[in-house]
Amino acid sequence: MRLRPERGLGLVLRFILALVVLVFFLFPIYWLAIISFKTPDEIFSFPPVWWPEAIQFANYAVLFKDGDVETIGNSLFIAGASTLVATLLGTMCAYSIARFRTGGNMFSDWIISNRMIPPIVIVFPIFLLFVALGLVDTYIGLIMLYTAFNLPYVIWMMRGYIQDVPVELEEAALVDGLTRFEVFRKVVLPMVRGGLFATAVFTFVFAWNEFIFALVLTRNEVTTFPVQVTHYFGGQSNLWAKIAAMSVLGTVPIFIVVAFLQRFLVRGISLGAVKG
Amino acid sequence: MSQLEITGLRKHYGSFEALKGIDLSVPEGEFCVFVGPSGCGKSTLLRTIAGLEESSHGTIAIDGEVVNDLRPRDRNIAMVFQNYALYPYLSVFENIAFGLRARRVADAEVNRRVGEAAEMLGITPLLDRQPRQLSGGQRQRVAIGRAVVRDARLFLFDEPLSNLDAQLRDGMRAEIKRLHGEIGKTTIYVTHDQIEAMTLADRIVLLREGRIEQEGAPLDMFERPRTRFVAGFLGSPQMNFLPVEAGADGLVLADGQRLPRPLNASGATGSLVLGVRPEHFSRAGEPVAGEGRLDILVDLVQPTGTRTYAQFRVGAQEVTAELPAHSVEAPGARLALAVDMARVSLFDADGIALR
Repeated sequence: MRLRPERGLGLVLRFILALVVLVFFLFPIYWLAIISFKTPDEIFSFPPVWWPEAIQFANYAVLFKDGDVETIGNSLFIAGASTLVATLLGTMCAYSIARFRTGGNMFSDWIISNRMIPPIVIVFPIFLLFVALGLVDTYIGLIMLYTAFNLPYVIWMMRGYIQDVPVELEEAALVDGLTRFEVFRKVVLPMVRGGLFATAVFTFVFAWNEFIFALVLTRNEVTTFPVQVTHYFGGQSNLWAKIAAMSVLGTVPIFIVVAFLQRFLVRGISLGAVKG
Repeated sequence: MSQLEITGLRKHYGSFEALKGIDLSVPEGEFCVFVGPSGCGKSTLLRTIAGLEESSHGTIAIDGEVVNDLRPRDRNIAMVFQNYALYPYLSVFENIAFGLRARRVADAEVNRRVGEAAEMLGITPLLDRQPRQLSGGQRQRVAIGRAVVRDARLFLFDEPLSNLDAQLRDGMRAEIKRLHGEIGKTTIYVTHDQIEAMTLADRIVLLREGRIEQEGAPLDMFERPRTRFVAGFLGSPQMNFLPVEAGADGLVLADGQRLPRPLNASGATGSLVLGVRPEHFSRAGEPVAGEGRLDILVDLVQPTGTRTYAQFRVGAQEVTAELPAHSVEAPGARLALAVDMARVSLFDADGIALR
């Protein structure tokens, strides 16, 4: 169905409505960003300062000087590595389940059920496990953990995308002379590229945002970005300048990832939505 | 020497037996068509030859080499799929070149062979396009191009024309036959369409419930079907099957009319089934002793332009006769039809032709 092109008043109303919605949702981001450029006086002044007199980067400079930004590096590394491993392993698992019915018909339901465990339930057992294995406060520990959390999601999503690939494409490739692994690499992966990127973004965002395990399982070595931000909420006062500046820095990588993959995101998500 | 030799081939899916013992040999260069109703096992047989399905028992040999345990890629066969199976993310050129690239053929050779195949199929101007920009017929050509570009031992076609509309199908059918004439490769072609089977095949293999019902040259099978099933499957409109009481001196139909015994059937008597194709009927002239003759009341007339189909009843049985155009104008006409007793078939109660 095609919508009739809007003209005149209808169009204006539509724009105004879109603007209102946009302002409503973008305001917190604006507020966060603007605080990060304010001086301490401006942050606490009332009535609030909507636009600081001079954009100044002192709040950021402090984060760089004290080394707080390293936590963003930690987060990038941990989220990136676990996304890479989870999508790689998960896609191969999904292929096996989708094409060879590995584990029987209920296997993928069983796998996704792992996502239904409230994380808080397993924090303590996992902590004990990590202590015993010497994984507390290590990169490898968090990477493994996030990979484990994300695998069910990746398997579930990728299984759906792979099932949508016509099996004849793979059969034609097998007859044409490819091995099963080459079929996976040269036929299946290009066919599910959109879904793969969309899944990878969600996986990355999950690992990027994860807080409770990062809080419990790390000390000083591999503090991640969300944990670092909480350090600025003090018993006496909150360091709003640092909170804002750090949050802006932590939002940037996600912005970049989503901006680059937006094209695939929309297609990948809607594909999954239709095929469910 | 036969190029494809299948012996005692069986295929189970759990307790379901899709192929119940197939023995077949296909000589080099032959165009062999597997035909049958859906679920008869024709596609399973083709896929087992390709190596996409594993056989449960029996052997498949290509050029004398047993290929049962070879992967599809090592069998050196080319296959065209019903839904074309083109890679949407590759250009037409790369789609055709796919099998050559998989076998690491040098670029210059790839260019030469893709060029030749495209030329042969008339798709040279399309080589830079994406599959989604092509029509159904063009996609099918590309799919065929991908097969012919390979120097394969066997060509397999799995219902390649069933996604095309009727007009395009006729054109592509002729083209496939011409192509086979030019390339001369052993070809196995699966279809459920008896017209495709009749027109394309050097030999038809008619399958039914996992077994070969009959195999042979198309006209041979059409004119001398071994069973009632074969007789009914080949030919359109279908052969008419009339229950008869056969005596030594002739056949008595359900409505009491009599026909002489068919010339080519054995002397069996009792309750039998007479198979008469619509074209075995004609308008009768003056009665002649010993000819097959039926007096009928036409209850439906279907003119096709070139021929007219007249329907009538013999007892409870609806019967179709194919007559020249304008032979019958309207239902209700009373006609005398001659039956060509040299061409009809007679089947026993089990549906086996009596010869």
